Amino acid sequence: METITKKYTFKDFASDQEVRWCPGCDDYVILRAMQKALPEMGINKEDVVFISGIGCSSRFPYYMDSYGMHGIHGRAPAIATGVKLANPKLSVWVITGDGDSMAIGGNHFIHVLRRNIDLNIILFNNEIYGLTKGQFSPTSLVGQKTKSSPYGNTQPPFSPGELAIGAQARFFARIGGNTPKEMTELFIEGQKFKGTSLIEVLQNCVIFNDGCFTQFTDKKVREDKQLYVEHGKPMIFGKDRDKGLVLNGLKLEVVTIGEKGITQEDILVHNAKEQDPTLHQMLVRLEYPMVTGVIRSYDDVTLEEREDAVTAEVKRNSKFHKTDDLFFSGDIYQVF
Amino acid sequence: MVTTQSNKQHEILEAVIIRFVGDSGDGMQLTGTQFSGTSAMFGNDIATFPNYPSEIRAPQGSLYGVSGFQVHIGSVEISTPGDEVDLLVAMNPAGLKTNLHAVKPGHTIIVDTDAFTKKNLEKAQYESNPLEDNSLENYRVIEVAMTSLTKEALKNVAGLDNKSITRTKNMFALGMVYWMYDRSTDHTIDFFNKKFTSRPEIIEANTKVLNAGFYFAETLELIPNSYTIAPAKMPAGTYRIIMGNTATAWGFLAAAEKSGLELFLGSYPITPATDILHELVKHKHFGVKAFQAEDEIAGITSAIGAAFAGDLAITTTSGPGLALKGEALGLAMMVELPLVVVNVQRGGPSTGLPTKTEQSDLLQAMYGRNGESPVIVIAASTPSNCFNFAYQAAKLALEHMTPVILLTDGYIANGSSPWKIQSVNDMPEIKNNIVSKYYDNWHPYNRNEETLARNWAIPGTPKLEHRIGGLEKDKVTGNVSYVPENHEFMTKIRAEKIKRVQDYIPEISTEFAEEGDLLVVGWGGTYGSLHSAVKQVNEEGFTNIGFTHFNYINPLPKNTLEVFSKFKKILVCELNNGQFAKILKINFNKLELLQFNKIQGLPFGNSELTEKFKQLVK
Ligand SMILES: Cc1ncc(C[n+]2csc(CCOP(=O)(O)OP(=O)(O)O)c2C)c(N)n1
Ligand code: SF4
Repeated sequence: METITKKYTFKDFASDQEVRWCPGCDDYVILRAMQKALPEMGINKEDVVFISGIGCSSRFPYYMDSYGMHGIHGRAPAIATGVKLANPKLSVWVITGDGDSMAIGGNHFIHVLRRNIDLNIILFNNEIYGLTKGQFSPTSLVGQKTKSSPYGNTQPPFSPGELAIGAQARFFARIGGNTPKEMTELFIEGQKFKGTSLIEVLQNCVIFNDGCFTQFTDKKVREDKQLYVEHGKPMIFGKDRDKGLVLNGLKLEVVTIGEKGITQEDILVHNAKEQDPTLHQMLVRLEYPMVTGVIRSYDDVTLEEREDAVTAEVKRNSKFHKTDDLFFSGDIYQVF
Repeated sequence: MVTTQSNKQHEILEAVIIRFVGDSGDGMQLTGTQFSGTSAMFGNDIATFPNYPSEIRAPQGSLYGVSGFQVHIGSVEISTPGDEVDLLVAMNPAGLKTNLHAVKPGHTIIVDTDAFTKKNLEKAQYESNPLEDNSLENYRVIEVAMTSLTKEALKNVAGLDNKSITRTKNMFALGMVYWMYDRSTDHTIDFFNKKFTSRPEIIEANTKVLNAGFYFAETLELIPNSYTIAPAKMPAGTYRIIMGNTATAWGFLAAAEKSGLELFLGSYPITPATDILHELVKHKHFGVKAFQAEDEIAGITSAIGAAFAGDLAITTTSGPGLALKGEALGLAMMVELPLVVVNVQRGGPSTGLPTKTEQSDLLQAMYGRNGESPVIVIAASTPSNCFNFAYQAAKLALEHMTPVILLTDGYIANGSSPWKIQSVNDMPEIKNNIVSKYYDNWHPYNRNEETLARNWAIPGTPKLEHRIGGLEKDKVTGNVSYVPENHEFMTKIRAEKIKRVQDYIPEISTEFAEEGDLLVVGWGGTYGSLHSAVKQVNEEGFTNIGFTHFNYINPLPKNTLEVFSKFKKILVCELNNGQFAKILKINFNKLELLQFNKIQGLPFGNSELTEKFKQLVK
């Protein structure tokens, strides 16, 4: 990215298109958080590209006044990979839903993470197919009644974070769809991270899966049910900041500070930058508390860096500068 | 080095077809390439075709493990590797068994008698030894104990194990064939010196065995005379032998350089297209970004992303891969980005006949997408002109802002022919539709009035920020629009854009006759077979048979009907069940067409074509 030449406000990133999500949908929160985050990132507007698949969430690029492509179902990571390889200077964002990335696009989703190309993925997880009006998705719970599972869903769900870290995601963050301030910060964190950053937003679909996350995201219970982790800080949560995580054998356990001789020092300190994903996986899987914030942020070589190194080496050693050098090399002969 | 003796008798031949066959480990591909390379440098026109087993490691000596390489060389124009062979070199019984049918009666077969053991004969399912049971009495069989002679020749070379010794026996065969056809061994010895620089004992062994074969043939009374094929009259210039897939890859390299854009390839391996990927990944020094994706869909979609970002983007595949790319191709068509999709056709449907050739993806290329989604479809017709059509595909994509499907096929992709090297300086100009700056009333779907190509605004360009996508878009702003009239308008303008390409492609012409009783019509990779068959019947006096060949299929050349109207009968020849004939009928519904279709995974044979032509003008 070029050095910034202009100061932007959130208005600069809002396109002239009328936003058409259902009133009350968390997608609006995410849109606004992105429009607020971008001016903070020091990127020129013309260098920002949003690529999406298909779904309610994937309409997102139309509402951003940046470059963008609304692609086809599930393929945004691959389209974005092409954009980024073609021009590594761009800030490329993938917008996807749980159906889009976990079902039809599952293959591209795992491979883009494995490669660690410098993209930012925002996964709108509403545990349902919105645009096609309410079928279960690969993140829907067992037993969930939907249009395509009237007697209850029988397919066990993926946990996106678990799948992602299993596919070698170096950066994974999670945030509730109703916490715009933290969401904005995470978007900025994701952008700063060199490599693929994945941010899962627990997004409420008011129409087909209303309240699916309220047990952790509702304002009244949020502090007691969510643990917002920060690198280098002890994993403490609760309205009274008295709950925390400790390791008990191979399991994470919730303890109360002040009870059974537990002090603040006993609480695990979050290390997002650790290469070994074991603890990150445990945090991702935890059902109580729901862990949010940057869970994993391990700095690694990116695909572009590897590519650049190989290309530079090849260029250094090659005797070909123009295609003619190649065409007229080797076994050639003259006809007179 | 060995040069030919002047006192030997020469029979002068116009052309000859030689096939080298053996076990997949016998080095037949190398033997064949060396012979064709030497002949090309000598000045012959050539056409070659390799035939590999489809199993990677077939059991030794088995019928399906036979690897072959056919080369057709001539002092006259050569347009196919040929069907009936004049000389078969068979390194084992399985090779003999599977290839004997191709040898013209009365012609020569060279065999390695050492390989005709009981075990090998069993593996080749021979009940008795064909060398002993008179079953070959219609051929001139030259029996040579090549393995033992090779061992003998190398008994004084130090540092070689048994395996490396027997591995050189293909060079003994090559040496013999060099002598028979009056070729020098220089080129091949040069090759050893370059290829094995760090292993002098291998250079020595191969050179020794090659020479041993050459001298053996010279002294062998079983070969009564030797043959000369004079140099062909070819346009002056610098040449190399090129494989179709390499030529395709190089056409793109040339187009990238000429257009000043970087080349991006998104691809997933599939036979027989993979060699294009293999070739392009080598050329990072030209800034080529070759991305091996997780599947065909990611191959094409990554290319679409690269096209959006301003690269010359291509994706390469074969039939089943094109099927997977269909949805994305529709997207590329809808967003009107330049993209080249290469489909190296193979036998279908489904996985079909992966290592065999066919022309049956034509309708898939034309129509294999949802909705009204026309794209440019063009086809290459020879190994070397894959270069030109790859270049042309890139040019059309960039100048008309549309996906272009380039069809080649297994036959021309794996075959090779001499290529008069084209310097990039001499290639036609390639323009593009990139807008570098905002202007009043700029919109992403503003179009060039003549070509109807939309302008191409690339991320990173200030003030041209815009969104595109698969949803129908307003004709001016490019914003999503479901207005009924707008959809109709856009459907028509996208079709019209492709139609107008007619003004930018060459008209067709006929060869051999401009009017007459019969017009032979072909497209794509059958050019060589059809051309030489029509040529032959002409030489036999059937001067009322013309030939025309299509490289541009959508849109069709402007003068198509006019050319057709000058002939009484039109015969469309294709390696499928009549797909091009269908397209012609859709375009010209009153046209009466005869068809000659072959659906065997094999190219056309010369005699089947000539018989058919003669029968139609009788
Ligand atoms: C190839 C293809 N298959 C199916 C569809 C239909 N489709 C559109 S969106 C969607 C599911 C989207 O769900 P999700 O990704 O969870 O997004 P949401 O709408 O919930 O934001 C489906 C099945 C399509 N557009 N294309
Ligand atoms: S259907 Fe659900 S996800 Fe889609 S816009 Fe409406 S509330 Fe949002």
